[in-house]
Amino acid sequence: MKFLSLVWSNLKRKKTRTALTLLSVFVAFVLFGLLCAIKEAFTAGVTMAGADRLISRHKVSLIMTLPVTYGPRMEAIDGVDLATHWTWFNGIYQDEPKNFFGSFPVEPISFLEMYPEYTLPEDQLKAWLNTRTGAVVGTTLVERFQWKIGDRIPLKSPIWPREGDEAWEFDIVGIYGTTENRGDPSGFFFRYDYFDEGRVNGKGEVGWYMVRVADPDRADEIAAAIDAEFANSPYETKTEPEGAFAQGFVQQMGNIGAMLVAILSAVFFTILLVAGNTMAQSVRERTEELGVLKAMGFSNGLVLSLVLAESCVIALLGGLAGLGVAWAITAGGSPVPDMLPVFFLPKPYLVIGVGLALGLGLIAGIFPAIQAMRLQVADALRRNA
Amino acid sequence: MINWLNQVISVSLFNLRTIPERMGSSLTAAVGIAGVVAVLVGVLSIAEGFREAMTVSGPDDVAIVLRSGADSEMTSGLSREEVRLILDAPGVARTDEGPLASAELFVMVNLPTRSTGTDANVPFRGVGQSAFGVRGDIDIVEGRNFEPGRNEVIVGVGAAGTYAGMDVGNTVRFGQTDWKVVGIFSGGSGSAESEVWTDSAVLQPAFNRSDSFQSVYAKLASPSSFTEFKDALTTNPQLKVKTLPHGEYLFEQSSLLTQFIQSIGYFIAALMALGALFGALNTMYNAVSSRTREIATLRALGFGSGPIVLSILFESLVLAVVGGAVGAAAAYFAFDGFKAATINWQTFSQIAFSFAVTPRLLQTAIVWAAVIGLLGGFFPAIRAARLPIAEGLRES
Amino acid sequence: MSESNGVLVRVENVEKNFQRGSEKVHVLSGLNLEVPDGTFLALMGPSGSGKSTLLNLIGGLDRPTTGSVEVGGDRIDKLSGRQLAAWRARHIGFIFQFYNLLPVLTAERNVELPLLLTHLSKSERRKHVETALDVVGLSHRTRHYPRQLSGGEQQRVGIARAIVTDPTLLLCDEPTGDLDRKSGDDILELLQALNRDHGKTIVMVTHDPHASARASHTVYLDKGQLSLEPPE
Repeated sequence: MKFLSLVWSNLKRKKTRTALTLLSVFVAFVLFGLLCAIKEAFTAGVTMAGADRLISRHKVSLIMTLPVTYGPRMEAIDGVDLATHWTWFNGIYQDEPKNFFGSFPVEPISFLEMYPEYTLPEDQLKAWLNTRTGAVVGTTLVERFQWKIGDRIPLKSPIWPREGDEAWEFDIVGIYGTTENRGDPSGFFFRYDYFDEGRVNGKGEVGWYMVRVADPDRADEIAAAIDAEFANSPYETKTEPEGAFAQGFVQQMGNIGAMLVAILSAVFFTILLVAGNTMAQSVRERTEELGVLKAMGFSNGLVLSLVLAESCVIALLGGLAGLGVAWAITAGGSPVPDMLPVFFLPKPYLVIGVGLALGLGLIAGIFPAIQAMRLQVADALRRNA
Repeated sequence: MINWLNQVISVSLFNLRTIPERMGSSLTAAVGIAGVVAVLVGVLSIAEGFREAMTVSGPDDVAIVLRSGADSEMTSGLSREEVRLILDAPGVARTDEGPLASAELFVMVNLPTRSTGTDANVPFRGVGQSAFGVRGDIDIVEGRNFEPGRNEVIVGVGAAGTYAGMDVGNTVRFGQTDWKVVGIFSGGSGSAESEVWTDSAVLQPAFNRSDSFQSVYAKLASPSSFTEFKDALTTNPQLKVKTLPHGEYLFEQSSLLTQFIQSIGYFIAALMALGALFGALNTMYNAVSSRTREIATLRALGFGSGPIVLSILFESLVLAVVGGAVGAAAAYFAFDGFKAATINWQTFSQIAFSFAVTPRLLQTAIVWAAVIGLLGGFFPAIRAARLPIAEGLRES
Repeated sequence: MSESNGVLVRVENVEKNFQRGSEKVHVLSGLNLEVPDGTFLALMGPSGSGKSTLLNLIGGLDRPTTGSVEVGGDRIDKLSGRQLAAWRARHIGFIFQFYNLLPVLTAERNVELPLLLTHLSKSERRKHVETALDVVGLSHRTRHYPRQLSGGEQQRVGIARAIVTDPTLLLCDEPTGDLDRKSGDDILELLQALNRDHGKTIVMVTHDPHASARASHTVYLDKGQLSLEPPE
């Protein structure tokens, strides 16, 4: 500990240089934090998936519909707790496709029971059950369009035209929240009965089912049982755990993980060079000083540690500040809520970030430190003379 | 003036000659900037490649017709009666066999990818016989075309490479129907090469589509016939459709994703550039401080501050542009033509494309490098010029 | 410390060669030297005569090619690098021509540096630093940085740093070489006082006869050999 102030004094030697190095490390870690948050946003479906939830869809493709009568038949299967259905509504607000958000007719009670991460105040739930045209909307979506409870929202759906070719009208009766960074806070949910009655075609059909199983360990077995139940019907199903489905969906976007790793490697390699070069320069300039310390009896190991400590202090300061800022940015919510509704920096990445900072400091400092350690005292002192 | 210029040149040359002595830090600055440029070009080449895949090659004389209100083929729907009216509209090119237009179905099937085995949403298109005439550039590269009325499919080269089982001679099962893969095709604009095609008359019953279609692709008599065609469709009270040139449709379909990748690309590059800027500043400050005495000596000899400032800026610019060129070249060799596939959220379907490092991107890269270089040299240059001569001469 | 016959430093048959490119340079050849405890020894000789090399050997900064170096009964030529560092910290105080203070530290923190290698507490360290600065007469400038001090003052800080651990032996390499006559005299008086009043054994390399006159003994080094008479 007593050596720390010595390290600190050395860092203050060339303030501009230290500040610039700190800043470049800082920027690298802001980038690290934000890229991790972006990756997390892309793979949100996977991490948010409930272990006890299965998704059951039409075997041919997600866009093909299933009969609404499948719900009770699924619930009758041994091990199935609950089934609820979703349908892709593709609502278009104000005739402007850029105003895109996810909109779905659902069955309120079973839906909210399926997703404990979606929270809706008791009185708003009551209002939803009492209002046929009622819709509940996520917090970020409300923010985006400045909606409030009581607003009437007209939506058009190119897939599901309404009888009389009118726009669908919804009354916002509730605003739902999400807990523990799970769930999509940008959704628009409304009542299936209102939807089914009003649509021109496809009455009695729904998009896909979410199924809750009592025992997650039996998930695969129950998924197979559901598919067997509907085999050889015109509507065969494909059932899999929610996490596996989300994983598959993420993979369709391309290998985001590999791309982020490639970018971050380039960033860190660059920063490593900058920081490493700075340390090397600073050690070169201090050759005699290091010689004096050694003459005084500072051991080689101690000199090595002092130089390493310097680069680690820079890396850690810059790294922690960068992570902190990235965290603060992500805590403020998504900058593009319609693209990446779930946007936050999970704690494990902060830990990885601190580890990376330390690693960066060690690698950047190791060669200058070894150089300092190997200095022959007599040579180092002669340089001045 | 001549004298001044001579000063600039001689000091600059003097500076550049000393770069080898400062190899470490000069190299760092150049490599740092190379890294920024490589990442910038790499990320933007994704957007560029995606956009290239989604453009029409050749003259844009094909129009696509969708139900009004539909934002893509996925959400569109047209009845046979509507299709007949569209085919009869003026402006459509005609041959002896009738109008050169194809009514098409567009559905999605799940196919496992070759690489990971996970399911992907693959577009499955039912086309009319005139589809090949409308597009004009479809080549069967392996096997043969499907025969009308049979459960046969042909597969785009992109799809054939990406999904398991898409080999000529294989049979795949979608729902309760077996389909035989009989050929592989290339060409067709947009996502065509990522698609699976069959006869629309076979696809309709297989996917419970009774007698409906989703889009009409119409070859126009000439690109200028579009207005005539459009007016005929929009003024017909029996039709509730919209039409737009194929190129424009593809552009709209990809704009969201392209913009997203671009903004992420610029954002990452901007942050990286900031990091590299600090690196460049560091390098140039070091360069200046290690030569304090030399610079003071030059000024004592009568060299002006201006030439010294300019020469330092010049040195920084040279380092940056060299680094930028290296980074751009690295990105070109690493990324150009790299094959990838992603899901287009707007159509919910997979699309295969190649990264494209275009001359325009390379130009952007060099500009970025130059800006970083100039900014990185500016403050150190000013500092060098301001340093009192007497003090500079005393420095060791 | 086990002392044999009051001899603190014993250099026996020391040979020191350097490899310069393909050429072998003989700096010291079969040199013998004994420094009794409590001596203030001046080591004179022209530049390149090997004065500094000899000083480095005695201070444990370098090892002889052959021969033995014994300080306070310890065969320091036999010690490992790590042992040598620890040994220097305990027994040697160095004073340099160019002071070699750390520019980023204040005078008192420069003096404190060698104490960081001990197990002393913070308050004990401060007491030692105060005492050392008091001995060199700089109690009033403890918070100054080296660049705010004159050459003479900087060398006083250097001396305070050398004596703060109460070492067995003080080694000075041209301590007045960078100072004007007045400041140089002050420094030499200070060294004399340390030798006389505090019993410090001092070995001082110099080529200045004015400096060597202050020492209790003077030896001359020329062409790798010692003599008690100045060479012609």
